[in-house]
Amino acid sequence: MLRLRNLTCGYGRSAVVHGVDLEVGADEVTAVMGHNGAGKTTLLRAVVGLVPVMSGTIEFDGEAINRKPANRRVRAGMAYVPQGQQCFAHLTAGENLRLVADGRKSGRALVDAQLDRFPALRGLLSRQAGLLSGGQRQQLAIARALITEPRLLILDEPTEGIQPNVVAEIEGAIVDLAKGGLSVLLVEQHLGFALQAASRFTVLRSGRVASQGEAGSGAVERVREAMAI
Amino acid sequence: MDLLVGQLFTGLSTGSILLLAALGLSLTYGQMGVINMAHGEFIMAGCYTAYVTQQVVGDAGVSLLIALPTGFLVGGAMGLILETLLIRHLYHRPLDTLLVTFGVGLVLQQVARDVFGAPAVNVTVPQFLRGGVDLLGTAVPKTRLFILALAIAAVAAVTLVLRFTPAGRRIRAVVGNRDLAETAGISSRAVDAGTFFIGSGLAGVAGVALTLIGATSPTTGQSYLVDAFLVVVAGGMGRIKGAVVAAIALGTFQAVFETYSTASLAKVGVFVVIVVFLQLRPQGLFTLRTRSLA
Repeated sequence: MLRLRNLTCGYGRSAVVHGVDLEVGADEVTAVMGHNGAGKTTLLRAVVGLVPVMSGTIEFDGEAINRKPANRRVRAGMAYVPQGQQCFAHLTAGENLRLVADGRKSGRALVDAQLDRFPALRGLLSRQAGLLSGGQRQQLAIARALITEPRLLILDEPTEGIQPNVVAEIEGAIVDLAKGGLSVLLVEQHLGFALQAASRFTVLRSGRVASQGEAGSGAVERVREAMAI
Repeated sequence: MDLLVGQLFTGLSTGSILLLAALGLSLTYGQMGVINMAHGEFIMAGCYTAYVTQQVVGDAGVSLLIALPTGFLVGGAMGLILETLLIRHLYHRPLDTLLVTFGVGLVLQQVARDVFGAPAVNVTVPQFLRGGVDLLGTAVPKTRLFILALAIAAVAAVTLVLRFTPAGRRIRAVVGNRDLAETAGISSRAVDAGTFFIGSGLAGVAGVALTLIGATSPTTGQSYLVDAFLVVVAGGMGRIKGAVVAAIALGTFQAVFETYSTASLAKVGVFVVIVVFLQLRPQGLFTLRTRSLA
């Protein structure tokens, strides 16, 4: 579904990610791990179109999308949940969801389906999104991404900085989605969850692939070794 | 008492003119952050739209009703062209944007001079807006009441569009977080162009209204530009509510100062008030508060 070939990308003239090959197959979860500054977020931002590709290709459904604007990648079936529980802070939670449902067939049903997935949001729809807690905002961000009916969900540290009881809920939702046939590209610092949810892993170090493989037996040791922990 | 009511109404009226001139700018500058120095020339284009419409139509009342929407389209189309050809390529370069749009403003003034001549032209005020209405013992010109009503209608329309329509949601989303809007499937380019169209169109409407209270010359718009920027900054960037309060406050200050001095001194007084105000509250009257960083 998603294939990165020898991808180099970065900001201005300085490359952050160097020659990364990576694949997310249909119905598969691929986890990207690495320390802070390893280039994980930059890699994801290049995939969704917020960081320009310097060389190499990004293929989505077999088509090179290097120069496709971010909003058209979303329409092609990608959805992105960025780091830091980002939402449209001065819109209400309900507006955050309606915004993406606007102009879609059965938009209301799509919103309802996500409210069933995250029932906590139902009572918060008229609240300004910027005033919600981190966990609530992250649920809102995932719901917003899912309303676009993606085939590939890209998540950047979905449980970072969120209170523990909500972490379990969010992890559960991700596992459910993957079981439901959604492909997921997941950046995650928390090894246990990443390797439990993923079928493949990639460890980045200084913008290069340090280790890559199937998330089976022995994966934890390989990841720990690659990350030098 | 008469004097007070008279001055308060003059303040409200001056405020409503300021507000009309600044409302479009509160979208293009306040929301999008584009310093468009040609905004005044879009107002001027609205003035000439009213003039041309009247030359064609003849009847002052009918021509005013035609000129208001036409002025919106003329201003909007000019804004759209400016955004697509120049400003789009200069986002994140505010100084370049300022210089380029200032140049465009000068070009537009010269075009107006070539087409309509340097001397000011006049638009005939329709019969139903001539004369005044007695308000608490003060004669209030009907044209001023009309502009006040138009300003209220324009603010209401902008507020409703921003708050309740899908297009308004998209505008607020792109203004709030451009990258996030893109990754939510919204074309920020299309939204920018649309926002700029509406903001510039409002300048055109303001121009049409201004022909009711003054003559039109190629530099008409320029004289409103600084005031319009002041209203947006003092009100708090991107806050329509702030622009409304700031416009009325500045209009009232101006009117009150004028009672006790001259128009020029009053202007100085208003500037002093704004300078002191922005020292104490640089973010303007109203600001947005959120918990998230975005």
